[in-house]
Amino acid sequence: LTLKDAAAQLSCVIFREEAEALGFDLEDGLDVLASGDVDVFTRRGEVQLVVRALTPAGVGAFWVAFRRTRKKLEGEGLFAATRKRSLPKFPRRVGLVTSESGAVLHDVVTILRRRFPLADVVVSSALVQGPEAPLSLRRALVDVAPRVDVVILARGGGSLEDLWAFNDESLARAIAACPVPVVSAIGHETDVTIADFVADVRAPTPSAAAELVAPDRDELTDRLSRLREGLDRGFRDVLRDGAARLATIAERLTLKGLRRDVDANMDRLASAGRSLAVSIRTTIAREGERLEAVARRLDVLSPLATLRRGYAVLSRGDGALLAWACETTPGESVVVRLQDGRLRARIERTEVA
Amino acid sequence: MTDEISFEDTLAALEAKVEELSRGDVPLDRALAAFEEGLALYRRCHDLLAKAEQRVTKLVAATDGLSEEPLAVD
Repeated sequence: LTLKDAAAQLSCVIFREEAEALGFDLEDGLDVLASGDVDVFTRRGEVQLVVRALTPAGVGAFWVAFRRTRKKLEGEGLFAATRKRSLPKFPRRVGLVTSESGAVLHDVVTILRRRFPLADVVVSSALVQGPEAPLSLRRALVDVAPRVDVVILARGGGSLEDLWAFNDESLARAIAACPVPVVSAIGHETDVTIADFVADVRAPTPSAAAELVAPDRDELTDRLSRLREGLDRGFRDVLRDGAARLATIAERLTLKGLRRDVDANMDRLASAGRSLAVSIRTTIAREGERLEAVARRLDVLSPLATLRRGYAVLSRGDGALLAWACETTPGESVVVRLQDGRLRARIERTEVA
Repeated sequence: MTDEISFEDTLAALEAKVEELSRGDVPLDRALAAFEEGLALYRRCHDLLAKAEQRVTKLVAATDGLSEEPLAVD
């Protein structure tokens, strides 16, 4: 390990456990402030610094601290997309945390005035650079937040050192804890600070932040006009529908309309009559067929069919059927039925088998 | 904050009236009422937008906490 500056160098050692406790990785080219004990090796004529403390310095130090804070807060989930809140569509009051001097205040206020003058602006001024800036910004944010719907945290462009206050960890925590959404707009579009990571919305510039926060008056006027047309059209349609219904009713109430109703009912009656006639005819036809079928079956069972096969039926004069020879007496008149007629006959003799 | 009904609420109410009218099954008397109410809401939104004057204040420390003072920004 060697410490160098433009003109000299010094060899150093650092113990492993101390190196690990530094909180940053040692890299070639890093600017550091080192302190420790000097060992003198008299025999070799050498001097060595035993490093006990090492802190980053200059631009290198900024980046080391930046990365460390970013890693820490990211690990805590402070940058998570799920934490981001959406901005109010129509803010009533906009908080502006920025320097009271400088173009940012003027730019943001005039853009908000042009776009959406309905929103009041509450300026909460703060120091935006220097060692006291982080605390000043944090206070300005905490003071204004309960009075507004949304806060713009803004600063104009500057060097890395100028913007440094916006990488402060406690400011980042104040942004995360802010009760209303925070829009960050720090430096130019290419500048990224810890405040940008933790803010709900990051705007590339302060002017862009003003445009993000407020709706545009001209667009709103157009939207209003369309709504006005919608009202007229909707009401006109309702009127037109009502008029059409009224016309239908009036039409039915005229003599012609009533006549048409009567005609329609007559038609229904006639048509009902026609179907009734048709259905009676079918019923008759169907019943006729049934009757014929029954008659055919009756014919098969009838004694007349037996007669046709050559048998005869005998009955007494009073019509009682004769089935037994013993029931007859000689001289008695009987009627013999054959298939084509009757014979009147007299019993000559009775022979019982 | 402000006591008056906000622009946002008025706009939402106006949108609701337009929606009601365009449903088509509105009785005539209800439609007339919705139309008149919508018209009033429209005028209100329009006036709010047209006549709005931005108020800019600055937060200052006072003896009893914080107060807001008017701030002129050109």
